[in-house]
Amino acid sequence: MISLTPTEIEALLLSLRISGVAVLCALPFAILVATALALGRFPGRFILDAIVHLPLILPPVVMGYLLLIGFGTRAPLGSWLYETFDIRFVFSWTGAALASAIVSFPFQVRAIRLSLENVNHGLYQAAETLGAGPVDRFFSLTLPLALPGIIAGAITAFAASLGEFGAIITFVSNIPGETRTLPLAIYTAIQTPGGELAAARLAALSIGLAFAGLLLSEIAMRHIRKRALA
Amino acid sequence: MSITVSISHKLGKFDLDADFHIPDTGITALFGPSGSGKTSLINIIAGLETPRQGHIEISDRVVFDHRQRINLPARKRRVGYVFQDARLFPHKTVSENLYFGARRNAQKLPREEQSAILEMLGILPLMGRRPAALSGGEKQRVSLGRALLSNPDILLLDEPLSALDHARKQEILPYFEWLRDHRKIPMLYVTHAIDEVARLADHMVVIDQGKTLASGSVFEMLGRTDLPPLAGRFDAGTVLSARIVSRDPKAEVSFLDCAGQRLVVPYLGRPANPNVRLHIRARDVMIAKTAPTGISANNVIPVTITKISQENRDTVDISLRLGHDPDGRHQHDTANGQPVLHARITRWSAHRLKLGLGQKVFAVIKSVTVDGQVADQAI
Repeated sequence: MISLTPTEIEALLLSLRISGVAVLCALPFAILVATALALGRFPGRFILDAIVHLPLILPPVVMGYLLLIGFGTRAPLGSWLYETFDIRFVFSWTGAALASAIVSFPFQVRAIRLSLENVNHGLYQAAETLGAGPVDRFFSLTLPLALPGIIAGAITAFAASLGEFGAIITFVSNIPGETRTLPLAIYTAIQTPGGELAAARLAALSIGLAFAGLLLSEIAMRHIRKRALA
Repeated sequence: MSITVSISHKLGKFDLDADFHIPDTGITALFGPSGSGKTSLINIIAGLETPRQGHIEISDRVVFDHRQRINLPARKRRVGYVFQDARLFPHKTVSENLYFGARRNAQKLPREEQSAILEMLGILPLMGRRPAALSGGEKQRVSLGRALLSNPDILLLDEPLSALDHARKQEILPYFEWLRDHRKIPMLYVTHAIDEVARLADHMVVIDQGKTLASGSVFEMLGRTDLPPLAGRFDAGTVLSARIVSRDPKAEVSFLDCAGQRLVVPYLGRPANPNVRLHIRARDVMIAKTAPTGISANNVIPVTITKISQENRDTVDISLRLGHDPDGRHQHDTANGQPVLHARITRWSAHRLKLGLGQKVFAVIKSVTVDGQVADQAI
C-alpha cells in the first residue's frame, strides 16, 4: 500500500471539499433553473437557457477573469459581500468553490432538466384532481421523479469540478492549502524541477478518483432503478 | 342535486358546445365516436382545461362560471378522475397511491368505508407493490380505488377499459356495477363502446363533432335512431329490463318476463337477483305479419307499430310497442309505459309487408342475438 504524503492528502481533501461544496450549493439553483426551463413557459426562457450554458463554451480562464472582475474585493458585488457578510472569495477556497460551481452548473441543469422532461405530464393532472397544489406536486412528484437525473447531474458536476483548473487559478490563484486543488498541484509539480514523480503520483490519484466517482454513480443509479421498479 | 354542464370551447378542428343536465346518481355514459370531444369535455369538468365560456355545477356547487368569474382549480373541484392509462405514480407504492388523494382531503371517508372499497376492489394484497409490478387490470383497479378514496362528489371515467383486453374488461366491469349499485356517487363514464353503455349506464349523453346532441335515460336514448353516432351504427338497438322467471339449465336457456311477454335467452346462471338488462340490436329483430310457426327463433312477440322512421336511405327503423293494443283503442306514438323495441328492416321489406302505424304484428328474435346482463338491483 502506497501511502500518500501530507501535501498530497492536503490537495486531495481540498479538491473533495471544494467540489463537494460547489455541487451542494449549486444544487438548489440547478433544480430551480432546470424546473423553469423544463416546465415553465415564460418570455426570456431562451436567454436563461443561453446564460446557463455559457460556462460550457467560454474558456475557463475567461470565466475566472469575469469572476475576478465581479467578485474582487474592490469590485461592486465583491466589496458589498465583503462589507455586509464578511464573505471574501478572492484568494480563498470559497472562491474556488464558486468558480467550480459556476463552471459545473450546466452539467447539473442539463441532467435534471432531461429527467424532468421525461416525467409524464398526465401524472401532474392526476395529482391535481387528487387535491395536490403546485408546491405539493413539486415535492411529491417532480423532485422524486427527477431524482435519478439530480444524482446523475450531481456526480457529473462533481467530476467536472474536480478537474477545474483555468477558472480557479485565474480567480483565486494557486495557494497551497487554500486553493491548490489536485489539478493545480499537478501543474505546480510539473513546473518544479525534479517534480516528475510527484506529478505522476498526483495524476494517478486523480485517475483513481475519477474511477471511484464513476463506480459510485453506477451503484447509485442501479439502486434508484431497482427502487423504482420494485 | 344534479350536474349541469353548459360550456363552449374552441378545440382544434371544431368548437365544443356541451349543454346537458344529469342526475347525480348512477352512471351516465358520455357516448360518442373517437375524436368527438369526449375527453376534452371531462377535462373541462375536472378543471384540467378551461372553457372559453359557460357554467358548470357539480352537486349544486358552481365550479365554473365565466360571468361570475368562478373557476375552481381542479384540486378544489372534488372530482375523482380515472384516466384511460391509470396514471399511477411510479415511485410510490400501491398504498401510497391509494391514499394520495385521501391524505389531501379534509373531508375524509370514514375508515370502514375506505376498507370496504379496498376490499371490494381486491387490492389489499397489492398494497406494498409498485405500479410497475401490476397487471393492466390491477393498475386500473388501483386507479379507481385512488379516485374513490379521495371522497369525490363525482367520478369521471375516461374510457377506463379501452386499454385492456377482453378478459381484463370482464374483470373490471363488475366493479363499476358494484359502484353503481352500492355507492351513491354519480359517475360520468366516457366511452365509444355501446356494449359498455348498455351494460352499465342509467343515463346517456350523446356527443358528436363536439356537440352534445341529446341526453336522457339509456332506455330512451338507445332506442332513438335519429342520433348520428347511434343511428349509423351496426349495433343500434334497444335496452330492455326483464326478470328471470325460470330456467332450463339442461337446455342452456333462461326464461324471462318483459312487461308480460315471455322471452327466451341463452342461460344466465342463477343470480340472487332476477333482474336483467337485455340489449337487442335493431338489425336482429324481424317483423312478421302473422305469428310464424316451425321456425328456430324462440321469441315471437306480439307488438304494435308505433313509429316508422325513414331517415336512412335503404333501411327503415320501426318502433314496436310490446303487446297488441286492444282493438278500437287509438294508437299513438308515445310508449305508454310499455317498453318499445326497435327493428331495422330494408325499405323493400317494409313496402312488401305494407307496414303502417298501429298495425299489430309480431317481432321475431333469435335467442342467441340477445345480450343478457344480470343486474345487481332493480333497474
